[in-house]
Amino acid sequence: MLKYLLRRVLELVLTLVLSSFVVFMLTEFSPGNVARKTLGPFALQEQVDVLYEKLHLNDPLLVRYVRWVGVLTGLEADPLQDPALDLDFHDPRGNRYFGNFGYSTLYKAPVNDVLWNRLGNTALLAGLAFAVIVPLSLVLGILAGMRAGSALDRLVSTASVVMTSVPEFALGVMLVAVFVVSLHWLPGTSTLDPSGGWPVAAQLVLPVATLAIYDAGYVARMVRSSMAEVMTRPYIRTAVLKGLPRRQVILRHAFRNAMIAPFTVMLLQINWLIGGVVVTELVFAYPGFGRMLLDAALFGDISLIEAATLIALLVATTTQLLSDIGYRFLDPQSRR
Amino acid sequence: MSDVQTRPLIAPAPSLPAMPAIEPAPAERRAPSLLRRLPTSRVAMVGLALVLFWIAVASLAPVLPVPSPTAHDYAAIGHPGPGARHWLGVDPLGRDTLARVVWGARTVLAVAPAAVLAAYVVGCAMGLLAGYYRGWVDVVVSRVSDVILSFPVVVLYVILIANIGPSAMNIVVAAVLSSAPAIARIVRGLVMSLMHQDFVAAAELRRESDLYIMLVELLPNCRGPLITDFCLRLGYVTIAIGTLGFLGLGLPPPTPDWGGMVKQGTAMLTVYPGMSLYPAFALVSLVLGFNLLADGLTELSMSD
Repeated sequence: MLKYLLRRVLELVLTLVLSSFVVFMLTEFSPGNVARKTLGPFALQEQVDVLYEKLHLNDPLLVRYVRWVGVLTGLEADPLQDPALDLDFHDPRGNRYFGNFGYSTLYKAPVNDVLWNRLGNTALLAGLAFAVIVPLSLVLGILAGMRAGSALDRLVSTASVVMTSVPEFALGVMLVAVFVVSLHWLPGTSTLDPSGGWPVAAQLVLPVATLAIYDAGYVARMVRSSMAEVMTRPYIRTAVLKGLPRRQVILRHAFRNAMIAPFTVMLLQINWLIGGVVVTELVFAYPGFGRMLLDAALFGDISLIEAATLIALLVATTTQLLSDIGYRFLDPQSRR
Repeated sequence: MSDVQTRPLIAPAPSLPAMPAIEPAPAERRAPSLLRRLPTSRVAMVGLALVLFWIAVASLAPVLPVPSPTAHDYAAIGHPGPGARHWLGVDPLGRDTLARVVWGARTVLAVAPAAVLAAYVVGCAMGLLAGYYRGWVDVVVSRVSDVILSFPVVVLYVILIANIGPSAMNIVVAAVLSSAPAIARIVRGLVMSLMHQDFVAAAELRRESDLYIMLVELLPNCRGPLITDFCLRLGYVTIAIGTLGFLGLGLPPPTPDWGGMVKQGTAMLTVYPGMSLYPAFALVSLVLGFNLLADGLTELSMSD
């Protein structure tokens, strides 16, 4: 088991290194662009040329990547903070420390001052959505899968296809049209600032619902098919014939074995939630990580895009690792 | 799933006449193809009807009695709601919503299938090579797939399109990049399970080229699960195109684009919600069509 863990952690690190290179390649492929975007659209061409020289942007991509990793890990000083450049980039943490993501040109602040607060807000949103998705999809999936082909099964299955066919942006707009515009029950924007008259809890209802409904349909389908499969196994028939009450057969015998496959799917939903968060936060003006990533991408804030994508990748790969390890714990067969 | 094990396509081998007759193919007993049995599934037929409806709308757009999707009716902007001249109202720039929904179908039904087809060409090639040759080819393909699939899809789309610019071609590129690894994984798994079958050994004995074995022997036998995945992926890519449009990274204006229309309407939601809701319903019904079709196909292949 330890050997397996070690191998998986090494694989995770390798994937992270390779994907961070992909991110770097996507954002900094054209060096002229890097200097121009750092200085903004109003900088003179001479200033751009000077920065191009100072940052050695004509070096090969791989050399620039290694240098960027050096800054990130604190082995090298951030070249943009050099006072000689006169960029007015100040970071109270200094110019050389571990986790130095650089300076955000969009927010005019060190990336580390912007990132974590936003990430916390998004963790709240995603956490609440996850807390809705898991019980909802479990109940729906078990009810449907318990008696495959029943009327309830068909109802739940149809409902879950419909749920997965409504993308977050369409769902968000529909929910706003009903609950905000027509019924006036809830606020249409979720700025997490209670001074607008709506308590924060009310502001969270619609964003959480938007995230949860789309994903819950998908997970419910997984739970349903796993449950339906387990219900056909001989040991369930034995348990029923033995005269055990139905509730006990479902909860003690079927449920545990039916949960192995959906467990993996549920953890992988965190990867989906990161994407959903970008859209949902835009719909509801939520001050989170996803909208920050989108703003950074649209503005061309290179350091912030790189930092945000790296964090998203770290979350995605870690949950994948956790789901693989959990799967091995739950399913004795996969340990062989 | 059982569709995978149906009769392999074995050509008579003229160069090796002494070879014992390869198991007489049970052509008569073979279940009718998945697509032929489609009408028996009600779910699939509902899905097919939705998709065909939008295909009809998209292809008939030039002859349908709707105004031009890019013409501005400035007089209507003050009262954007539905009326005799504009059945579904107008957008904030005075353009007819019905016309833009109709012409938007054309956009999405041109870009989505093109993107999925391109992703399939790349993904099948990657999967066939990795599953057939194994070794370092497999390591490279699997590693590349792992890296790309570790990106949250929307994040990948956003940073990609924000960098290479929004256009139909670039949306296809983004869809290929994000879908091909997933397709490659499926094909690789299927190929590896087929490699032990007699018909592959027979083809190797006939000294068929690797390319022939991959394209004529292996690929057609992967089709069962791939048909379902194809429909699902059409739905995903349709959602992705809509989402990009909503995020402001869709097709450049004035091309009618459902996601972009939804976004434009959000500012006027309190005045006239239909501006956002009609394109949203259009998108949902098309995606639902693809998903129901995929659902029906899965059901049919399970019931074999």
